[in-house]
Amino acid sequence: MTTEPVKLIGAFGSPFVHRVEVALRLKRVPYELILEEDMANKSQLLLNHNPVHKKVPVLLHGDRAIAESLVIVEYVDEAFHELPLLPADPYERAMARFWARFLEEKCLEPLRTALFADGEAQKASMKEARESLAVVEEQLTLRGRRFLGGDAIGLADIAGGGMLAHWLGVVEEVAGVRVLSDDEEEYPALRRWAAEYRSCEAVKECLPDRGRLLSYFAAIREKCVSVANSMVRR
Amino acid sequence: MAGGNDLKLLGMWASPFVVRVKLALSLKGLSYEYVEEDFSTKSELLLRSNPVHKKVPVLIHHGKPICESSIILQYIDEAFAGTGPSLLPADPYERAIARFWAAYIDDKMLAAWTQATKGKTEEERAEGMKQTLATVATLEGAFRDCSKGKPFFGGDSVGYLDVFLGGLLGWVRAYEKLGVKTFDPEKTPLLVAWAERFWSLEAVEPVMPDVSKLVEFGKMLLARAAAAAAGEGN
Repeated sequence: MTTEPVKLIGAFGSPFVHRVEVALRLKRVPYELILEEDMANKSQLLLNHNPVHKKVPVLLHGDRAIAESLVIVEYVDEAFHELPLLPADPYERAMARFWARFLEEKCLEPLRTALFADGEAQKASMKEARESLAVVEEQLTLRGRRFLGGDAIGLADIAGGGMLAHWLGVVEEVAGVRVLSDDEEEYPALRRWAAEYRSCEAVKECLPDRGRLLSYFAAIREKCVSVANSMVRR
Repeated sequence: MAGGNDLKLLGMWASPFVVRVKLALSLKGLSYEYVEEDFSTKSELLLRSNPVHKKVPVLIHHGKPICESSIILQYIDEAFAGTGPSLLPADPYERAIARFWAAYIDDKMLAAWTQATKGKTEEERAEGMKQTLATVATLEGAFRDCSKGKPFFGGDSVGYLDVFLGGLLGWVRAYEKLGVKTFDPEKTPLLVAWAERFWSLEAVEPVMPDVSKLVEFGKMLLARAAAAAAGEGN
């Protein structure tokens, strides 16, 4: 099974696709990246392999199709045995999953509204995002290691690293909203973690060009605003 | 009694997430000490064990807390791999499918269900119901694909997804009595049959909450939500 070809359906600018690319590169799994040209006009390949959500990333491994970035990352970790992304101990694995989920649900989710919505909802989301980042800051400080996963990058780092180390700066610029100030004294452990994340070879290989990312988000700004506002109404 | 396992579960009788954990422990034949948390006040132990979310369920094993039902289920499976049946299958792809649908249940079905039952306006609740029925229809298809003609999501025997969705069945039955029908014998016959089959299992039945008590509890929650909405003067 491990010798069957691996393809990844992705789209430029997606931090979720980035997570899977990082995982594949860390595990030294060769893959073919198939980019969706226009997410407003999805390919039949994508619709066939992710009929439920119709989103990227989707991993194709032989005749298997897997969707949802963190589900894919765990699949890659379990299907390919080199360089584990999760520790062996069940309790440590539970901790890794906990932090991956926390980053996804409590940091990344509110950031969408914090950056692109307005009024009370924006203020509330910004507060939530910053409070959640403070929790991550505390955890990083407590553990005192290079990554949330320990000395090597792991699931939790993959879950939040891209967004915090690369995407956030770009999106802040496009949205005209700051989540993290320029003050280096604020969230020092988070900043160190972001630097560690960016210094990983596997990450460097698949981090999208900042200039291109900026143009991309500037072009979809309207869409981000309407998505954020529709989330608020719920 | 904690017995030789040194397992303690902090829970709340009406929580479907707690029921999931009880189901997993029961299916694996694991003994544990159960601590009922008061709905309105959180104990010292809970606040200490889950300082980040302050929610149940929390499983404490050898004094170490694990939070979030999906993470607890995987922890139980991994820490007690030699005891009783496995919840997740051995094959990485099948595990990915199980995780995918578990995420779908929590992210899509539960979110819609919450809106259907707790939405502030008639309109919101109707939209929530529409979404709930759509997600349940998708889950009917998921059951067909996962079970492959066998009695459970896990095949011949109960697995991760059976427990994941099974934890919600108490509320499915309670809401039916409150006028919200989630599983329809005409639209989702496989799920209706599965629910009956699952509930009647020896390891399941004793663990499921008292539906009439849930109905009363549900009425109380709905009344509270209505009062809050009226108070907001929308």
